[in-house]
Amino acid sequence: MGFWHFRGLRGKEARKSWRYGMKIHEYQAKELLRSCGIPVPRGKVASTPEEARAIADELKRPSVVKAQIHAGGRGKGGGIKLAASSDEAAAAARAILGMQLVTHQTGPEGRKVRKVLVEEATAIGKELYLSLVVDRSRGRECAVFMASEAGGMDIEQVAATNPEKIVRCAVHPAVGFSPFQARKLAVALGLDAQQRKTFAEIVRNLYRLFLDKDCSLVEINPLAITGEGQLLALDTKINFDDDGLYRHPEIRDMRDPDEEEPLEVIAKNASVNYIKLDGNVGCMVNGAGLAMTTMDLIKMAGGEPANFLDVGGGASPEQIEKAFRILTSDPNVKCILVNIFGGILRCDRVSAGLIQAAAKIDMKLPMVVRLQGTNVEEGRRMLQESGLRFTVADGLYEAAQKAVALLG
Amino acid sequence: MSILLDRESRIVVQGITGSEGSFHTRESVKMGTKVVAGVTPGKGGTQMDGIPVYERVSDAVNLQGANVSGIYTPAAFAPDAIFEALEAGIKLIVCMTEGIPVAEMIKVKQALKGSGTRMIGPNCPGIATPGVGKVGFMPNFTLRPGNVGVVSRSGTLTYEMIWQLTGLGIGQSTAIGIGGDPIVGSGFIDVLELYEQDPETEAIVMIGEIGGTAEEEAAEFIRSRVTKPVVSFIAGRTAPPGRRMGHAGAIISGGKGTAEEKFKALERAGVLVEKNPAEIGRRIQETLKAKAAGS
Repeated sequence: MGFWHFRGLRGKEARKSWRYGMKIHEYQAKELLRSCGIPVPRGKVASTPEEARAIADELKRPSVVKAQIHAGGRGKGGGIKLAASSDEAAAAARAILGMQLVTHQTGPEGRKVRKVLVEEATAIGKELYLSLVVDRSRGRECAVFMASEAGGMDIEQVAATNPEKIVRCAVHPAVGFSPFQARKLAVALGLDAQQRKTFAEIVRNLYRLFLDKDCSLVEINPLAITGEGQLLALDTKINFDDDGLYRHPEIRDMRDPDEEEPLEVIAKNASVNYIKLDGNVGCMVNGAGLAMTTMDLIKMAGGEPANFLDVGGGASPEQIEKAFRILTSDPNVKCILVNIFGGILRCDRVSAGLIQAAAKIDMKLPMVVRLQGTNVEEGRRMLQESGLRFTVADGLYEAAQKAVALLG
Repeated sequence: MSILLDRESRIVVQGITGSEGSFHTRESVKMGTKVVAGVTPGKGGTQMDGIPVYERVSDAVNLQGANVSGIYTPAAFAPDAIFEALEAGIKLIVCMTEGIPVAEMIKVKQALKGSGTRMIGPNCPGIATPGVGKVGFMPNFTLRPGNVGVVSRSGTLTYEMIWQLTGLGIGQSTAIGIGGDPIVGSGFIDVLELYEQDPETEAIVMIGEIGGTAEEEAAEFIRSRVTKPVVSFIAGRTAPPGRRMGHAGAIISGGKGTAEEKFKALERAGVLVEKNPAEIGRRIQETLKAKAAGS
């Protein structure tokens, strides 16, 4: 499973092959774990310091207050605080809520914190790692457990330097989970007899959750062994296969639009695949591969792409118009490159959308249009007759060069 | 010659009456494809442009001798359509449908194992053998019969590449889009193996993308098993690397998946790597010329 994402990419990502799909918050993921019998710390989510105080009161124990954003590394950025009393919990929540939390995963602008999870603090004996993902390697397509005795924040370092410390266990798709797999992992983790029993239940339930909810990733890190020797999921990440969401409305409802780029939310609602980038050449392309290639070519021609935008296969003129509006609402965009190779998407539909959009938007930006493919003659004729102003390009690289030249 | 799709291919289109299914079936018939039947549940007994529409794939096999299926059904019904084609004894399944959950594809892969049936896709532009026929979206006008095999993970980028070849007068033996999903029926290696065996294929164009390890695996296969020249481009070199959720992805892929990693792996395998996709056609032209001069 690929792990390369465009920066700022949240929710539905450009290409299924290198995305993990929909993300949820830690508190939501813990509710899911709790609902299927996996031990998590007692706690609740709060949006105000008062709510945080009430939760801490209820816990009657020292608590930990954790910022809820879709990014890791929160502790180092000051997004996680210990509180000995409910007063301290309220103070911690006051400090964290509303802050612009910067971590190595948020980018320099950080992410605004709108919710905190208040849960009981736990004395940790040892930190383990446990996850479940899909192994897509050729001939091995199945879910695979990964576990390590060396859990915690440095797990990737462990994977790089001591890969033997990570144990894998594939689940045969026809057989499903079998108890020996839990034993195999438990022994590798050095668990005692009592812990092994709990662990077997955790592994079984994790696999069921993974299947039942079309997860693309379930990760418990750390899976702590507490001071009393109990297993407890202290932090967890769960992502979902976007293509499975249609059959899980309850999961889809967990989506947090606040965690997404506003333009990307608008794009998603229009079924347009859009990712904002930092450059000034706005591009509208059909197909993810060609869209990435267009970006590569803009860069090769000396420019910087302002976005990734895939209008998709069967885009209607209305959708093209919406895509166009999204593109032009980015103030950084100084010129536009439309690159369409019609297969599923017919060029006449693209032209109709462009004409429709240009009629409604006061278009001042220079534009390069390259159309090729199904119904291309009709598409070009429509553009010619529309009176729309644009530069025509034939070749792939030529289109990128002309767009960059328009920047002046 | 060609691979997978040839003059013996008799196609049944599952989802023939839908808007995409009917449009692309008509396009394929225009280039001479033998579409012998369609299947749309609830519309059995009707016709589309004189093509009989059945209730079941087995009817298309028994009554019309269908041996290849093209699937255009919506994602929620596509796994069922695949299993039905498999059960009916279809030897080549080409699934264009986008949005099939990964969990369903794991089951599909399981069902395909040992069945003797090959599958292309899902979420792919399909397969075309110029001069013979096509299943899927590849625009007719881009295709030209010839000796270059094309295999790609992309859709429209594949048309681009084929169009470039055709523009230079270079035809294709067969062109295949394997699809961009995490799990696909046939990967690069399956298709490369067929091109290597096909006596008419003289050179191969392979178009990859960032993410996953399919290109790295293909590089290893090319190094040890492919004697024909391979020209390759990987899309997404300038996609800025960024955030990821969890550590599992990094652990399972072992740091592979970037365009640079893929270019390097391919170069090491002796592949003719081309970083400007507009130059792919020219590179193939040079390769074929050198080959002709050498032999």
